[in-house]
Amino acid sequence: MLEIKNLHANINGKEILKGINLTVKAGEVHAIMGPNGSGKSTLSSVLVGNPAFEVTEGEVTFNGKNLLDLSPEQRSCEGMFLSFQYPVEIPGVSMVNFMRAALNEHRKYNGLDPLSATDFLKLMREKRAIVELDNKLASRSVNEGFSGGEKKRNEIFQMAMLEPKLAILDETDSGLDIDALRVVANGVNHLKTPDNAAIVITHYQRLLDYIKPDIVHVLYKGKIVKTAGPELALELEKSGYDWIKAELGEL
Amino acid sequence: MQESNDILNEVTSGDYKYGFVTNIDTETIHKGLDENTVRIISAKKNEPDWLLQYRLKAFRHWQTLEMPTWAHLQIPPIDYQDIIYYAAPKKKEGPKSLDEVDPELMKTFDKLGIPLHERAQLSGMAVDAVMDSVSVKTTFKETLAEKGIIFCSFSEAVQHYPDLIQKYMGSVVSYRDNFFAALNSAVFSDGSFVYIPKGIRCPMELSTYFRINAANTGQFERTLIVADDDSYVSYLEGCTAPMRDENQLHAAIVEIVAHDRAEVKYSTVQNWYPGDKEGKGGIYNFVTKRGICKGDYSKISWTQVETGSAITWKYPSCILAGDHSTGEFYSVAVTNNYQQADTGTKMIHLGKHTKSTIVSKGISAGHSQNSYRGLVKVSPRADGARNHSQCDSLLLSSTCGAHTFPYTEIQNDTAIVEHEATTSKISEEQLFYCQQRGISVEEAVGLIVNGYAREVMNKLPMEFAVEAQKLLTISLEGSVG
Repeated sequence: MLEIKNLHANINGKEILKGINLTVKAGEVHAIMGPNGSGKSTLSSVLVGNPAFEVTEGEVTFNGKNLLDLSPEQRSCEGMFLSFQYPVEIPGVSMVNFMRAALNEHRKYNGLDPLSATDFLKLMREKRAIVELDNKLASRSVNEGFSGGEKKRNEIFQMAMLEPKLAILDETDSGLDIDALRVVANGVNHLKTPDNAAIVITHYQRLLDYIKPDIVHVLYKGKIVKTAGPELALELEKSGYDWIKAELGEL
Repeated sequence: MQESNDILNEVTSGDYKYGFVTNIDTETIHKGLDENTVRIISAKKNEPDWLLQYRLKAFRHWQTLEMPTWAHLQIPPIDYQDIIYYAAPKKKEGPKSLDEVDPELMKTFDKLGIPLHERAQLSGMAVDAVMDSVSVKTTFKETLAEKGIIFCSFSEAVQHYPDLIQKYMGSVVSYRDNFFAALNSAVFSDGSFVYIPKGIRCPMELSTYFRINAANTGQFERTLIVADDDSYVSYLEGCTAPMRDENQLHAAIVEIVAHDRAEVKYSTVQNWYPGDKEGKGGIYNFVTKRGICKGDYSKISWTQVETGSAITWKYPSCILAGDHSTGEFYSVAVTNNYQQADTGTKMIHLGKHTKSTIVSKGISAGHSQNSYRGLVKVSPRADGARNHSQCDSLLLSSTCGAHTFPYTEIQNDTAIVEHEATTSKISEEQLFYCQQRGISVEEAVGLIVNGYAREVMNKLPMEFAVEAQKLLTISLEGSVG
């Protein structure tokens, strides 16, 4: 589904990603862990086409298409979704209008007619139940005045609405208490099918207790330095990153 | 975020949809302004002598005035002798019923989305269509007349209802009020007149659609709305003009009188040609709009969506004379490219327990300048007056300017006057968030701007709101950066 080859990227002239290689297949859940500043969020930003980052080298194929040629909105319509670490507030734009615009753009891209208002509202009701988002939130402005937990639930709600092929969850667990974490994780699991995939970026094992990864990667200084099964996450939780640094001959 | 700025700048600009010219024979008078011009216009309209005298007084007063310079506007010198003050689409020869309108004109208004066939019209809306200096047609006149409502062109009103015109014309905006009011009072050509009798709730929206077509002409129309005791009317006004390289002048007067417990809602969607991207051409829109809440418990509400014109100078105001009367001003003013707007309101509290609300939303883009200017005045006898003002500015570029000039004159200790102001920018983060969900930059700007302006848009009548929303988005295409 996603194939990243030798990806390099800069922000403000500073190289953050220094040759990422990663393959994600349908049905898989990948976890990307790593110390602060290793480039985890940069990777997710680059994949969704955030213009603040500049790709200097490498290739990314997404479902057979050259991802780097696509605009951010095309990438979205192709089925790539980012659950933002810090979802931005958009005052004055109601969640209903926002989601309706987004969903209809996706439908247009796929040659479908826009959903009728009735069908849309029905879909919204159905999907917000998945993350226990109440109706009041859905009628408020996008993320405005939402608590940290509500913002994250709102991200997963949008994911449920857009049904992406590849969901990237960027530190979705940060700032969540244990109950909110469970709600969010249950939402993500509920949306899992053999046809879609997820990349979960996190610092902590605790999210991975709920969302079970198939493959765990360690990103360090802009490169993936270790790839293994779920046991790697447990090991990192217990021993931190020093042993990896040691393996790399840095300690 | 430089790159995203570029993307925003590159988004193609929306074309002005109404820039076409109708090819029709137009009868015009000579260029320039002198007493003779005034007499010719008055004669063409077959006006009574008192009206000619009124015009002449206004003209002589105008000659003593200088163009105002206090607004935050850079107005190039205007040669008032280089303007044609009267232009009328020529009537075709041959016998015709009075109601028959030149098909070419019908087509023009069709194209503007203002069908003049009553059958084709939106139910519940009557239209007075004005092209250049004359009213082309007023629809549903008879239906309205059954309720005693008068809705006709100003010229017609002068002929048929001279007493009402003589009583009310100039009673709210005197010809001595300001430079442009004096000019208009001297040379005004047409416009609409509305009278709602006692106790009548006007069953349909009344609207006037102003179209400038002829080149080198100015449009000077007057609208007068009188709402008698316990009546209600909602009135809309729209306007467009062809794209031309030279500037054209539009100087109108609108007067509203609301008697006891009457309510008048006046909505404007102003979309005069704004000029091109380099600031060439466009309409100079210098308008004096004022309403008086004469009666107790009366209410006047101005709602305006201003997207057009190269330069806008207008301050729809309310004189709250009646006790417990209410004035409202809801405004969205959009400026893009090199447009300039200096707009706002005056709320003059004279009566006791009078209330006013001001909500102004400025949206500036490109190299434009957008100013809010508002006065809240509470006179010594206006016990218990209340005002709430909210002025928000949204900036879409780093080269535009947004300014707020609020003035208050409070002469009564019991007054409660509140003022809130905010300035915000659409951030790259917001746009990117939308894009990540599949929404293009253009559409995201539309969503955000419409969200920002929603409080005002909600005040527009339904039929207008959708059009106005689209207009906001189109006016700002290619503007964010």
